[in-house]
Amino acid sequence: MKIMEGSHAVAEAVKACRPHVISAYPITPQTHIVEEISRMVADGELACEYIRVESEHSAMSVCVGASATGARTYTATTSQGMALMHEVLFNAAGLRLPIVMTAVNRALSAPINIWDDQQDAISQRDTGWIQLHAEDSQEASDMIIQAYRIAEDHDVLLPVMIGMDGFILTHVYEPVELCPQEKVDEFLPLYEPTQYLTPKNPLTFGPIVDPSMYMEFRYMIHEAMGRAKKKIMNVASEFRDKFGRYYGGLIDTYEAEDAEVLILAMGSVIGTIKDAIDELRADGKKVGLVKVRCYRPFPAEAILEAAKDAKAIAVLDKNISLGHEGALYTDVKSVLYNKGPLALGFILGLGGRDITKSTIENIVAKAQKAIESGRVEEESEFVDLDQEVL
Amino acid sequence: MEELFAPGHRGCAGCGAAIAARLILKGAGKDIIAVSPTGCLEVISSPYPQSSWGVPWIHSLFENAAAVASGVEAALRALGREDEAKVLAIAGDGGTIDIGFGVLSGMLERGHDVTYICYDNEAYMNTGIQRSGSTPYGASTTTSPAGKISFGEDRPKKNAPAIAAAHGIPYVATASIAYPKDVIKKVKKAVEIEGPKYLQIHAPCCTGWGFDSSRTIEIGRLAVETALFPIYEMQNGKITSVKKIKRKPVEEYLKVQRRFRHLFEKEGGEEEIKKIQEIADGNAEQFGLDL
Amino acid sequence: MKLSIGAVTEPGSTRINKTGSWRTFKPIIDVEACVGCGMCSMFCPEGVVYEVEDKYTIDYDYCKGCGVCAHECPSGAIEMVIEEK
Ligand SMILES: Cc1ncc(C[n+]2csc(CCOP(=O)(O)OP(=O)(O)O)c2C)c(N)n1
Ligand code: SF4
Ligand code: SF4
Ligand SMILES: [Mg+2]
Repeated sequence: MKIMEGSHAVAEAVKACRPHVISAYPITPQTHIVEEISRMVADGELACEYIRVESEHSAMSVCVGASATGARTYTATTSQGMALMHEVLFNAAGLRLPIVMTAVNRALSAPINIWDDQQDAISQRDTGWIQLHAEDSQEASDMIIQAYRIAEDHDVLLPVMIGMDGFILTHVYEPVELCPQEKVDEFLPLYEPTQYLTPKNPLTFGPIVDPSMYMEFRYMIHEAMGRAKKKIMNVASEFRDKFGRYYGGLIDTYEAEDAEVLILAMGSVIGTIKDAIDELRADGKKVGLVKVRCYRPFPAEAILEAAKDAKAIAVLDKNISLGHEGALYTDVKSVLYNKGPLALGFILGLGGRDITKSTIENIVAKAQKAIESGRVEEESEFVDLDQEVL
Repeated sequence: MEELFAPGHRGCAGCGAAIAARLILKGAGKDIIAVSPTGCLEVISSPYPQSSWGVPWIHSLFENAAAVASGVEAALRALGREDEAKVLAIAGDGGTIDIGFGVLSGMLERGHDVTYICYDNEAYMNTGIQRSGSTPYGASTTTSPAGKISFGEDRPKKNAPAIAAAHGIPYVATASIAYPKDVIKKVKKAVEIEGPKYLQIHAPCCTGWGFDSSRTIEIGRLAVETALFPIYEMQNGKITSVKKIKRKPVEEYLKVQRRFRHLFEKEGGEEEIKKIQEIADGNAEQFGLDL
Repeated sequence: MKLSIGAVTEPGSTRINKTGSWRTFKPIIDVEACVGCGMCSMFCPEGVVYEVEDKYTIDYDYCKGCGVCAHECPSGAIEMVIEEK
């Protein structure tokens, strides 16, 4: 156990995965990850090509070129940088390149705001990237090692991004257990691409596909996403066997078995929710948690299984699809349609707004009210809005 | 010699970009990895499940060829495969000089061992002949059309080779498909030089410029002979070779292309032609082109 | 045909696309007049003018009939004639 900053824990895991090419562009609050990687390279601790590009678009493009050449690649970004990458994210997935990225989570401008929410990653939902979300620094670090196993699996071959709440996880010091290099080497073999750029077999990558076949290529990515579900679960279990830590497969649950009210969320807020649940349970309230570890592919079956006996499920979204509701809430409702509990949606924590235990308790109270009345009054609502200034 | 750019591609009959691709591959040989951005050359050469490329080749997006090439080169080094292939980018003027310019600058500045080649057809041909930063003064395009009050493109062609050279890179050169041996020689030379190299190869487009498909090479030659496309080499910032010419007046080049037709038909066109002649005179003076 | 992962495809495979059908005019090389300079071969956008024993011959499977070869032939040895279909 070592006390270290979340960003450094991630950098250590990246190093242990022996990436060949890293390319990144600095942006708060991702900076400490890439600065630590820079230090490792400068001190000769990490032997890789570290390409200091002129933008995030180019960072991801360097990863595309390198990955297509057969290299293991890594990058990290957040917020505006992730938005700038958007186009290349689609491209990397379509080319079926197993790039791994830490998606530090931060709000999007305007107004400019450097604090945490998950709008940036959620807005990359349909790019074809597998999207995992970490609860704490330890998981954000361990997920890197898991991510390469998932991405590089020949049944998957898709890029993976790991959501990690900005500041809350990146800048906080926590005790972290680092994975020993020998064990990582055993767990994560060298990347063996099925096809790569080489004059020995001069293949063409990235051709133009007409309407007679484009849909089939999208379908193939969709199918690979489906196969990834099992892989993500298996890798989580194998990781537990090797390193002794487990965070759940596609989802994790806490006090969920007999819960009447379930809270569903992802990311660092999980810690606060668990604390609140402990208190509510002490008061005799049957409250539990569904933690979404994997946002894409969406764990529909697992959520349905976990939620089917609950009476209400409160979905927490640190994002909003403006003009509608939180993105997780929409997904959860579609999974529960005509089955299972009442579903309530809550938009909260945008742009770094605190989410406290009492916030969670209020949400649980609303869910209980819905159970009593048998209906959801307000489907989706903003939590802790300051009405005075509006 | 083995043909590394296969026939069956969808280029227009007489396509200058296709000629450029063939010549580039003749110069570079088969032990390369090539990157192309979106554009005519990419579209005509890679209709899935077919490809004209006999070398490993990747297309990613419109603006990122220089970054993708950087990644390929970095990967070869990281994997200890740097002797396996030289890295080339073969890109249109739009992908290079407009939307990909910052990306190219990054690649040049970082010192990647990549030969970046812009085939310059002076507009966005793939999307229907819209102007680019490389469109010459006075050319009518679909977004800088000649009209009642317009004489077409109202800004001079961006001097991309000079900007590339300002990065302090070891080799910058211009060439034209009308002088194929010169193209092959320069590409061969460029790939042998370590570090970032920038080549701009003039590649007339019969469809976009408006001339008969048989005249692609003739038009290319006229651009050089009128000093509108000067041919030179720069090594480590100094001009080391210039193609001298027996200069022709710019009209000879302009009058054979539909994109300049308005200059001969509209009142005030003469003035515009004069301005174009001044551009040519400036080039001749700057590079000492006159024999 | 099964689709490849990531739409990766095989080198030189446009060869199955016989662009000769595009032709309106057909270049005919007069072998007597040909001096074997090879400019036609160098300039052909399709790369389908081949040298055979110091003379040149055209692969009509792909020739699009652009006329560049005829226009550039320094000895005027190539004539463009209307394609008979
Ligand atoms: C981000 C983005 N913007 C616009 C386009 C549309 N687009 C595709 S190719 C092209 C023009 C290509 O021009 P150039 O690079 O000069 O190549 P050419 O087709 O002329 O050979 C444009 C505008 C695109 N594909 N991507
Ligand atoms: S439009 Fe021009 S560049 Fe594009 S294929 Fe036709 S001739 Fe070639
Ligand atoms: S007409 Fe054009 S395509 Fe046909 S052989 Fe001559 S140059 Fe090639
Ligand atoms: Mg162009």
